[in-house]
Amino acid sequence: MYVAVKGGERAIANAHRLLADKRRGDRQVPEIGVDQIDGQLALAVDRVMTEGSLYDRKLAALAIKQARGDLIEAIFLVRAYRTTLPRFGFSEPLDTAAMQVRRRISATYKDLPGGQVLGPTFDYTHRLIDFALMADSEGEAPATAPAEAEERMLRVTDIIGAEDMIEANPAPGEGQPVGDLTRDPLGFPAGRDLRLQNLARGDEGFLLALGYSTQRGYGRNHPFVGEIRMGEVEVEMLNEDLGFAVPLGDITLTECQMVNQFKGSLTEAPRFTRGYGLGFGHCERKAMSMALVDRALRADEFEEERKGPAQDEEFVLSHSDNVQATGFVEHLKLPHYVDFQAEISMLRAMRAEVAQRLAGQVPEAAE
Amino acid sequence: MTGNTPMADYNFAYLDEQTKRMIEQTKRMIRRAILKAIAVPGYQVPFASREMPMPYGWGTGGVQVTAAILGPDDVLKVIDQGADDTTNAVSIRAFFARTARVAVTTATADATIIQTRHRIPEATLTADQVLVYQVPIPEPLRFLEPRETETRTMHALSEYGLMHVKLYEDIARHGHIATAYAYPVQVAGRYVMDPSPIPKFDNPKMDDCPALQLFGAGREKRIYAIPPHTRVVSLDFEDHPFERNRFDVPCALCGATDSYLDEVVTDDQGGRMHVCSDTDHCESRRAKGHRGTMLADEPVHPADRRSKLEAAE
Repeated sequence: MYVAVKGGERAIANAHRLLADKRRGDRQVPEIGVDQIDGQLALAVDRVMTEGSLYDRKLAALAIKQARGDLIEAIFLVRAYRTTLPRFGFSEPLDTAAMQVRRRISATYKDLPGGQVLGPTFDYTHRLIDFALMADSEGEAPATAPAEAEERMLRVTDIIGAEDMIEANPAPGEGQPVGDLTRDPLGFPAGRDLRLQNLARGDEGFLLALGYSTQRGYGRNHPFVGEIRMGEVEVEMLNEDLGFAVPLGDITLTECQMVNQFKGSLTEAPRFTRGYGLGFGHCERKAMSMALVDRALRADEFEEERKGPAQDEEFVLSHSDNVQATGFVEHLKLPHYVDFQAEISMLRAMRAEVAQRLAGQVPEAAE
Repeated sequence: MTGNTPMADYNFAYLDEQTKRMIEQTKRMIRRAILKAIAVPGYQVPFASREMPMPYGWGTGGVQVTAAILGPDDVLKVIDQGADDTTNAVSIRAFFARTARVAVTTATADATIIQTRHRIPEATLTADQVLVYQVPIPEPLRFLEPRETETRTMHALSEYGLMHVKLYEDIARHGHIATAYAYPVQVAGRYVMDPSPIPKFDNPKMDDCPALQLFGAGREKRIYAIPPHTRVVSLDFEDHPFERNRFDVPCALCGATDSYLDEVVTDDQGGRMHVCSDTDHCESRRAKGHRGTMLADEPVHPADRRSKLEAAE
């Protein structure tokens, strides 16, 4: 009886074995391959890479397989792996203006240099379940346009910036270290670098809800989607021996630049302000939510009253990480019987006191 | 962490040590935080907590502290709710047995490092031992003031009035202080500290303890410490002094009257038995011939359990 209550090693080992069995599922059905997850559940892989903050498609796909499709669990696996990796430097700042664009849309201009490129989007699909997918399908090859000469696709914020109508991006601080909250504990107030890092790693659902809340009046910031672009960007790293930056390879990114509520003063002409979102792979919902929350968190910079949770830096940054959040919420499953015993003993004593007091009062009340 | 495969592709005790290329490495960073914590007793030192392969809330802070101080000759004991065989204690012990291949034990007296969740062992600790606590919320003022920016200022100014008001309100409302665990203490006459969710029964053991006590909060990224032989006072009032909770019954297995007891429900008719929460304490007493009223005829000898443990790990 006593030992049964405490669980034990064999129970754990057997639970792990059962879990492995459930992960595999029906043995009559072929096992899902990491390449299938990578290729056919690509958006799940993108999310795990973004929130796991590690760009490695195969590893993210493997984590999804091991986690039985539980994406937060997969993110956790990737993070725990990432933390053991040596860090040998920082890349040069990415130039998203040089992106090989696969999708690029702007809500602020009907047409613009480079045009609107829809790319692979759910946006204008009808959300009808396609029963044809129940069967295997080869699928139709995509339509292609003739390859154009490589040219930089101008960023919308640069177009607006050319007229000085939007605040300038802060100049990169020469030699200034960029914060890294995986290496240093987060303190408050946090700089925008740390805020953006936190949001990039933050839970998509949490940021979505916060971004949504700003649209519903809890810290409204008048957003326009200046531009969303998705495609490949080259990562470069400075090689100190050579004295110049060398390319490491391409990564796929989604960037969202929000154009927000203008700000001016008696002495300064008004300009639009910015909110910024960036994530690995194709992660539009995340990048847009991030941009809304980034702008909301800049309330102090623009002397805006903080009225909504999305504007509250400590609240947002302390609760955005789903690995932390799920750990603390789910730890309630762990035994707490020592504390519960302390509490129930105290409650019994308190109830006994009340009972005693009431018993003493009955004659008085009767009088 | 399912099998027994050695983790040759991971570092000793999982976290990386310094290498030629990397000066600022994880263990070194944690050790610095620990040294600072020891130098300023009860002060919460921020540290760059890493993701660990077990979830936040499962003891990642304690695990990082243990990983940072663990040497190859250490003997590790891990308890949760006082017991060596609770699932989480088993899992953490297996983690270090696998990544650091250190000796593990369930005997409090044999351990050099004891990692704990929610209890302090009943046996008096010695100067050769380190007790590592797993901490969920390191900030004793958190539930009075949610903002870290505020609470850090309050600590800096020793502004603990809010805590005393809370305790006073308890007395006004309930007749006594209604905190049964995670009962706040003041360390070395300076910082008010959260002792982690140990029952207040354990609070007096922290005072003047010969062992070093380290506290790790992974999710909240804080480490704090009580150096050996430090004064640790549970907050109270002159007319409402701190009281340790007591049990009316002895342990049903070993007959102990001075230990913290778990209440075990034995049937659906209201049947209960009370047994020591500290399993090593209980088994050691039984091995010495102490018997409670509900002890079956064949007591489990600690040595049997230990060999069983080794076999399983």
